[in-house]
Amino acid sequence: MATSTAQNVLVSTDWVTQHATDDGVRVVEVDVDTTAYNQGHVPGAAGWNWTSELCDTLVRDIAPIKQLEELLGNSGIDNKTTIVLYGDNNNWFAAWAFWQLKIYGHDDVRIMDGGRKKWLAEGRDLSTEAPAFPAKKYVASGPDLSLRAFLPDVQKAVAAKGAMVDVRSPAEFSGEILSPPGLPETCQRGGHIPGARSIPWGKNCNDDGTFKSVEELQALYSAQGISGDRPVIAYCRIGERSSLTWFVMKYLLGFGDVKNYDGSWTEWGNLVGAAVEKP
Amino acid sequence: MKAEEYSREPHELAGWPVVVETYRLGAVYHCTISNADPGARIARADGATKEEAEQKAIEKATRYLGQTRKLAT
Repeated sequence: MATSTAQNVLVSTDWVTQHATDDGVRVVEVDVDTTAYNQGHVPGAAGWNWTSELCDTLVRDIAPIKQLEELLGNSGIDNKTTIVLYGDNNNWFAAWAFWQLKIYGHDDVRIMDGGRKKWLAEGRDLSTEAPAFPAKKYVASGPDLSLRAFLPDVQKAVAAKGAMVDVRSPAEFSGEILSPPGLPETCQRGGHIPGARSIPWGKNCNDDGTFKSVEELQALYSAQGISGDRPVIAYCRIGERSSLTWFVMKYLLGFGDVKNYDGSWTEWGNLVGAAVEKP
Repeated sequence: MKAEEYSREPHELAGWPVVVETYRLGAVYHCTISNADPGARIARADGATKEEAEQKAIEKATRYLGQTRKLAT
């Protein structure tokens, strides 16, 4: 991508090959499939587990600040480290980690464009060794809740006919299915939040897993009336696909006020009395 | 070590479009099956041959996909 915004948050697989083990750089893999890292990863990369390390395992919530500080410190990351995230499924949970790192104020976070898929397809080096890192002290700030939507924010947006982007598949958006094919149903009702526009997350990406150009992304979003001139909320089923769309709108398109609603359809689609829209 | 014999092919299982991704790392073949839309992983399996890894993953994915209901809208 050729914009200054994208240059600050995206790195290529070539860049990672050259800089993965540089001082001040830490590459981290975060996958949907939590076994993928052990099959082989970018040499020198740390691996984070989204089901245990990037969430509160007791309360449904993002990682508590102390837990995140510990995770970063144990990964050899301090506040000045350049963190490069990548993962499977076109960086779904890499974007989830990116979102949380921004909530907790980390300055230099980037995503490897194309993720694990592109790295594998290009036949680049893989390692099965889990590297040990000298522990560092990490002090998080925040949380910056301007990046996160909670249920009341969404209810206000519905009432005010605010901008919302549903990034799930068209069949989930319409209510034809209650979960992605092959996965357990996790809601009581199908459909979408009233007023939301359907922009499936996959439309952000090329076949090789890289992000589309800024011009293509602008056309995609503006065709649905999403142009960054007003606050926008992205949601999906549990908040990880929408964190990728949040990343696109906030950092590739440069929209000012973008929130990720991680409660997403598993919250809204189970609420008693919540309005649901079907096409 | 590098991923070798990498392939990514569309298929249909239990009436649903899926993507079957397979590669070899050393002596082990790894297969992952994802639904085509939205692209979520459904099943994965390993094997000593490509066919073995894919067959194991296909069996699992077919079972899970068979449980997905289509509702009237």
